[in-house]
Amino acid sequence: MAHIVPLNVNIKTLTTLVVLTITTVVTAKYVDLGHGHYNLLLAMFIASIKATIVLGWFMHLKYDGMMNRAIALCGLAFLALLFGFSYIDLFYR
Amino acid sequence: MSATDAHSHGNYINCEKGLWSWLTTIDHKRIALMYFISIMAFFLVGGLFAILLRLELLSPEPIFMTGDFYNRAMTMHGSIMVFMVIVPGVPALLGNFALPIMLGAHDVAFPKLNLASWYMLMLGAAIAVLSLFWGGVDTGWTFYTPYSGKSADAVTMVVLGAFIMGFSSIMTGVNFIVTVHKLRAPGMTMMRMPLFVWSLYATAIIQVIATPVLGITLLLLVFERTFGVGIFNPALGGDPVLFQHFFWFYSHPAVYIMIIPAMGIVSEVIATFSQKTIFGYKAIAFSSLAISAISFLVWGHHMFVSGQSALSGSIFSVLTMLVGVPTAIKLFNWVATMYKGRVKLDTPMLFAINFLALFTIGGLTGLFLAAFNVDVHLHDTYFVVAHFHYTMLGGALMGFFAGLFYWFPKMSGKMYNEVQGRISAIMTFVGFNLTFIPQFIMGSQGMPRRYHTYDGIFTPYHVASTIGSWIVASGFILAIYILARDFFKGEPLKDGNPWNATTLEWTNTEIVPIHENFTELPTVTGRPYEYR
Amino acid sequence: MSTAKIDRRVEHSHHFSSMQQEYEAGKQGVWIFMATEIMMFGGLFVGYFIYRFAYPEMYIAGGDSLNWVQGAANTLVLLVSSFTMAQAVTETMKGDNKKALKYVIVTTACAFIFLIVKYFEYSAKVHHGLFPGFDMWNPDMEYIKSHIRDTSLLANFSAENLRLFFVLYFAMTGLHGIHILIGIGLMFWIMKRLKNNEFSSKYYTAVEGVGLYWHIVDIIWIFLFPLMYLI
Repeated sequence: MAHIVPLNVNIKTLTTLVVLTITTVVTAKYVDLGHGHYNLLLAMFIASIKATIVLGWFMHLKYDGMMNRAIALCGLAFLALLFGFSYIDLFYR
Repeated sequence: MSATDAHSHGNYINCEKGLWSWLTTIDHKRIALMYFISIMAFFLVGGLFAILLRLELLSPEPIFMTGDFYNRAMTMHGSIMVFMVIVPGVPALLGNFALPIMLGAHDVAFPKLNLASWYMLMLGAAIAVLSLFWGGVDTGWTFYTPYSGKSADAVTMVVLGAFIMGFSSIMTGVNFIVTVHKLRAPGMTMMRMPLFVWSLYATAIIQVIATPVLGITLLLLVFERTFGVGIFNPALGGDPVLFQHFFWFYSHPAVYIMIIPAMGIVSEVIATFSQKTIFGYKAIAFSSLAISAISFLVWGHHMFVSGQSALSGSIFSVLTMLVGVPTAIKLFNWVATMYKGRVKLDTPMLFAINFLALFTIGGLTGLFLAAFNVDVHLHDTYFVVAHFHYTMLGGALMGFFAGLFYWFPKMSGKMYNEVQGRISAIMTFVGFNLTFIPQFIMGSQGMPRRYHTYDGIFTPYHVASTIGSWIVASGFILAIYILARDFFKGEPLKDGNPWNATTLEWTNTEIVPIHENFTELPTVTGRPYEYR
Repeated sequence: MSTAKIDRRVEHSHHFSSMQQEYEAGKQGVWIFMATEIMMFGGLFVGYFIYRFAYPEMYIAGGDSLNWVQGAANTLVLLVSSFTMAQAVTETMKGDNKKALKYVIVTTACAFIFLIVKYFEYSAKVHHGLFPGFDMWNPDMEYIKSHIRDTSLLANFSAENLRLFFVLYFAMTGLHGIHILIGIGLMFWIMKRLKNNEFSSKYYTAVEGVGLYWHIVDIIWIFLFPLMYLI
């Protein structure tokens, strides 16, 4: 009925996630990107990659139908709206 | 399954007997009837508070309420009507009854979740109403911080109640989306769905996306109160405007949870009682989705005077105007459907016409309030009160009652008393306008909302408004009485389709649907509303 | 045990017309529920960032006083549990209930390890007076100061704002922790059903659904970890 993800793909996914976690720790703790929010941006960028990997491989979105992808995307899009409008207010207050 | 055999004789009402069979049922139609009873009870309680408030406002002097009691009654009226009546009203009651049958399905996708959703509503409602015994709440239904952070103890209870009722709403939404996606009968493509189903679908999207944000907001408020911290309290470093952002991110779309399904009912009723193909099927269907999408972009118009930035205010002001477009598209299509139709002015149609007239006024005054600069003048006056009563009571509830009378014969297998029904529709219309037109006038002259007293110059308006409230209340009580009495004593139907409607719940079921809805799933070959 | 006792589903529920339809409906329902989870935690993250831009120095001070090694360890534990959960789904889909059960047991063990580490973290915070409610807020300033990397921050230091950081820390990790607890409950439900051999390559919706839930809990932690402990 649905795609079965084999063991070796799951292992590769886990390995990638662990490597990215180590990268997060190292870049945040030992690489100072100076003032501004560059460290924050980098950490969020890596976290987003990790989240995408979990969504795609562990949660099978890569193999799933369009509708479930759309639902996940829908959640993220509306979250972006909440973020966007709240910050427009905050930064121009 | 063997359950089929057990239910094979009789209709959904009498196939099982006893209270226990109702409390454990997973049949969507029986759950709808349980919602019917509970929501009508809440409606009467919420209405009672409204009548008490109007009575107190007969005179600027205190009559029988202290200002403190007035605030509590006002909060109870708002919370009950919003969270327990209008939000669950159309989707959970009429939607539960009609949606699966209209799609040609045996049930909703997750029947047990559906039952759980009813229990969640009951639990939340019980907690919220019982708060009265702990002194009630005086914050208004919006629970604005920082005041709600330190007001009476019962705030935590009401907020927890609203949080639990939010889960009920989410469960209904999940159920409806999956049912629409996965359980349509053979041949029932999305573009052949009845317009009521389209509106419930658009509503379910809002329920699922927006309600969790209300959940987290209320949870943070509970957290703030129980732990004594200051997430939203400026004295402790918090930001009260953030609470309003969170709150309205849910509560603005929530007003569309209330109105979009009512619009769906009006689409059904107007097509059926004009005996004419609906004008602009696609436009009405997609405008529901458009409204639900735009509803997420406009929440800041509740916050024009909250200290929100001027840029946000301007953006929200412009976006709010956009909602007028899909709403107007619907109104024009309904009027075009009635044009040259064989219009029959039965009770559902009268309530639907009430909707058209009153909601148009509510929508247009909404545009005044959407204008940034005008709102600064009208904010927190009776103009706002009148505006949202025109949309919520004149719109959502009129549509709700149109739907109740429209589907009543299918729910009960009986016909209600038509003459009395028409009288109730006309009474609500007259009483409603008498109640709220004076409020527009005094609002524009500066009468502030949420006060138990007022300047003497407003007395005539308040008296007119209170007299109107008696008429509108009598109209609704009459309507509920008719429905309750004729459910048991009405004339039994001889024909399963008394309105000559075209959707599946009328054409393809028994006079009262059987437990399984259909003995055999229908096959759909065309759009609904093909009258000519 | 005779095979007749095994209650393995081969029939769809009465209101569906096929197992495939029932499976897709169930899975879609779980996904929609996941979207609500995203929105719910999303609200907290919006709050986090708003206060972060309002009081950046407090976040750095607060983050430095957390134990990032414990946080990192918990991240790894959750990642491993996500992997075993994914494997449990794979094995159930193949119809091997026994192997799947072993993977779910490992996943549950990871969840308990996570909570134990969390317990030590929380009690350390409470010990230093950093729990923001119930009149327990009595921050051990020497402890905070000794942990701050950038001492220039101490110039405009306000304990009230630091408290806001810990409010968010306890609210966000606390709600996440509640999700872990719910997840453990779901794991036991799945374990019981796997033990009864209820699933097959034709019916595995429940395991997959719990899997999706568990991965979402992991994703939330993926964001919480750098935001709270590192940055």
